[in-house]
Amino acid sequence: MASLKDVKTKIGGVKKTSQITSAMNMVAAARLRGAQQKMEDFRPYTEKFNGAMTNLSANMESGQFPLMEVREVQTVEIVIITSDRGLCGSFNANILKAAEKLMGQYEAEGKKVSLVCVGKKGNAYFKKRGTVRKAYTDIMGSFQMFNARSIAQDIAANFLAAESDKVHVIYGKFQSVAVQRPEVEVLLPVQPEAGGSDETAEAGAAAGDYIYEPSPTEIMDVLLPLYMNVMIYHAMLETGASEHAARMTAMDNATRACRDMIHDLTLLYNKARQAGITAELMDIVGGAEALKG
Amino acid sequence: MAEKITLEVVTPKGAIVSDDVDIVSAPGFAGEFGVLANHAPFLSTIKVGTLRYKKDGSEVELMISGGFCEVSNNKITFLVESAEHGHEIDVDRALRAKERAEKRLLQALEKQEKFDRTRAEAALQRAMARLKIAQRQQ
Repeated sequence: MASLKDVKTKIGGVKKTSQITSAMNMVAAARLRGAQQKMEDFRPYTEKFNGAMTNLSANMESGQFPLMEVREVQTVEIVIITSDRGLCGSFNANILKAAEKLMGQYEAEGKKVSLVCVGKKGNAYFKKRGTVRKAYTDIMGSFQMFNARSIAQDIAANFLAAESDKVHVIYGKFQSVAVQRPEVEVLLPVQPEAGGSDETAEAGAAAGDYIYEPSPTEIMDVLLPLYMNVMIYHAMLETGASEHAARMTAMDNATRACRDMIHDLTLLYNKARQAGITAELMDIVGGAEALKG
Repeated sequence: MAEKITLEVVTPKGAIVSDDVDIVSAPGFAGEFGVLANHAPFLSTIKVGTLRYKKDGSEVELMISGGFCEVSNNKITFLVESAEHGHEIDVDRALRAKERAEKRLLQALEKQEKFDRTRAEAALQRAMARLKIAQRQQ
């Protein structure tokens, strides 16, 4: 049996840990609110943007834009968006697993895979493999549109130079505070969503009547890189929110585990104390008996 | 009262303006253009500059940076990377940004780097647009 002092120290230690985890839980909750707000603020922009894209591409051949060109796939680029920090449960592991699976698929088909890692965790995981083409770390804390832009520009340049023929993006999709799952999307070549909601389909039908300034093709040339910014920024926002939600849940679980542990240890402590007292009493009674005798 | 058109200015940070207004004018690809109620469907890219709209006789000015705008169903939507009301503009910051951009532009011209030059030019344009609006506000 552990000595009284040992158990007491251990209880103290676990208590301190639970203080830290519960503080982290609260910080994550506050950050999550901010991240969710950012995501919601961005939503109207994406919706309008996608609407306009569908309108415009409805009556246009996709072949004429280099960013929409469908080539025979030889090299696949995967953009992996993870968090910069750990301690958020299996969040990053899930994304990395999904990335691994996708890589495995392409490699089995004999295609080359190169990676762009956004966020420290992805880079740390894949660095040893030597397939990371570019890494952006320490930007997930407070990123802005221009961060997304520089990433998008780099990926687009790589695609245009025919260094990659298809680009995927993997990020942590925020479904709810409790559920985040890795999501794989095709970034390049750009394929605007066909159909979509009724509203966009209707608007698409009327697109022929639009006055374009400059010409539709020139507008498209401006819009396509913007579209990539939007996609990447969106994926980063989702990952950011998911990260905080995952951390919140993980830290909540940890705090609960600490509480259970403290409970068990307190029981143990009381038992040990009781045993000590009993032993002492036995001694005294034994001594008294001996004196009487 | 004359008919109105619905104006929406949307940035990645959310909708900045959402209002029924009388007239909107903005710097388009081919120069300044104005839009009144029931305008024909229209799609244009937008340059850095000033967006003006009038509502019930009072005029509001916004600094907007690049993006595009769409007119359809008596609604005009601006999708821009940033938009600021005149009173929100930080003049000191804009002045600093202007100086910095000018310096960078000179450096880029010396080295003849195209990428840096475009970037510096864009930054300079934004700073100048901000200052222009801010000065008019005072």
